[in-house]
Amino acid sequence: MDDVLLDVRGVTLQYKTQEHLVTATFRVDFQVHRSDRFVLLGPSGCGKSTLLKAVGWYLRPVEGEIRLKGRVVDRAGPDRVMVFQEFDQLLPWKTVKENVVFALKASRRLAGREAVDRAMHYIEKVNLTSFADSYPHTLSGGMKQRVAIARGMAMEPDILLMDEPFAALDALTRRKMQDELLQLWEGTRFTVLFVTHSIPEAVTIGNRILLLSPHPGQVKAELNSNGQDEPDPTTGKTLSRRIHEMLFEDEVEEAIGG
Amino acid sequence: MALERNEFIRRSVVGKATGVVQKPLGAWERLYGQAWARKLFLLVLLGIVWEAYGLYLGNELLFPTFGATMKALWDAVASGEMASRMAVSLKVLLIGYSIGVALAALLATTAITTRIGTDLLETLTSMFNPLPAIALLPLALIWFGLGTGSIVFVLVHSVLWAVALATHSGFLSVSNTLRMVGRNYGLTGFRYVAKILIPAAFPSILAGLKIGWAFAWRTLIAAELVFGVSSGSGGLGWFIYENKNELEIPSVFAGLLAVIAIGFVIENVVFATLEKATVRKWGMQH
Repeated sequence: MDDVLLDVRGVTLQYKTQEHLVTATFRVDFQVHRSDRFVLLGPSGCGKSTLLKAVGWYLRPVEGEIRLKGRVVDRAGPDRVMVFQEFDQLLPWKTVKENVVFALKASRRLAGREAVDRAMHYIEKVNLTSFADSYPHTLSGGMKQRVAIARGMAMEPDILLMDEPFAALDALTRRKMQDELLQLWEGTRFTVLFVTHSIPEAVTIGNRILLLSPHPGQVKAELNSNGQDEPDPTTGKTLSRRIHEMLFEDEVEEAIGG
Repeated sequence: MALERNEFIRRSVVGKATGVVQKPLGAWERLYGQAWARKLFLLVLLGIVWEAYGLYLGNELLFPTFGATMKALWDAVASGEMASRMAVSLKVLLIGYSIGVALAALLATTAITTRIGTDLLETLTSMFNPLPAIALLPLALIWFGLGTGSIVFVLVHSVLWAVALATHSGFLSVSNTLRMVGRNYGLTGFRYVAKILIPAAFPSILAGLKIGWAFAWRTLIAAELVFGVSSGSGGLGWFIYENKNELEIPSVFAGLLAVIAIGFVIENVVFATLEKATVRKWGMQH
């Protein structure tokens, strides 16, 4: 299938703390297709963020391989742009516009006038044109995340990696940002790999949801979502209910077993 | 059982009934609110106390009056001697400071990019940072002779370790997110240090530069006091020493005032401007 953009095969990830060697994920497989809104969902400790970092190559798999457009990933690069959860991902010494231009220039994608034009185009897409010359510390949390998204999209990467980008926002802003992200996606149909621990967010954002179970992270299910979360005509259960049960059933088993 | 409470809605009072809503403060109140005005007042007070004590003591050799000191300062400024002494001191200072900062940048960059570099920085700073720069002066005199070379050597020593240490700890405190952002956009090596680490660590670097400057200035004046003159014209330290030998005590005081004034200007004008244009504008320091 040539539609597969990102191919993760048998990836085992481990990291060391002071005292332990921790296996974050164990032989995880999944395929992201072009224009997917692919969500990695699971409770804390299922290695979903670690998995995203491995795709960005901030961490090397001890087993398995990651292919992007058929090529094995072996370094960090601007073809996979990461949007982080933290508000401090913007460079505080640069204005909104300069932050986006910086990304384009540093990665040697574009230079001069072209870089500025492209930056302004994407800043307009996230409705921040009037704040283009503001410094990040004068913006609200939601605006900062929009800048980070604009910066990521301006790079026009093969895949946008989003690590719980809305987790630190208040509930209302979060809702709004989710809608905005979907609107942006309607416009350009970029491919996004999105990590979250919130079931409603996964159901809203994703068209494909990978469910991970914790300690160590393993694939539990891969589900489709149309974003509506309506009850299934045969079972009468909504998607979020099904996901909830799948995640919850583990805890019950563990409680009985322990 | 819960108490029954009535609901109510109120109209807010408008017009003059509320009294003062907003009124400008009096001139005194506003002046007193300014830090510089309060400080100026304290300085004037100190000047008066100084003058009074000088008059009471009546011994110009021990403690000249404020007026006599100001006159000596004015004479030195008018004759152009003060300016040339300051120029000599500041020129040497600038040379030593620049070399020190450049070496510190080199050391901190090596330290952040290699592990052996970190060890080198840690070992060297823990050895040399506690060593007063002036203690190296006798050795410097043997190595570089009487002259600018020796002073520059001790200045570099006084600046290097403080700035390198501050820069290194600044680099270490750069958030992991910013580091990952830098790597994500393909920055490595020197470009990574210049475009991510240095600006992100700028508050610490600036603090280091300030400490380095203060060390350097003290070391310079002290070094000039010890042997001061190189080929004819010495700096401010030598001006003080010379005047002490000639028992021109008001001029000694004038020299000390000049040392204080330069320190004040660099701190409150040069560094304050730099701070305002960088870390404050970026919201990294308040």
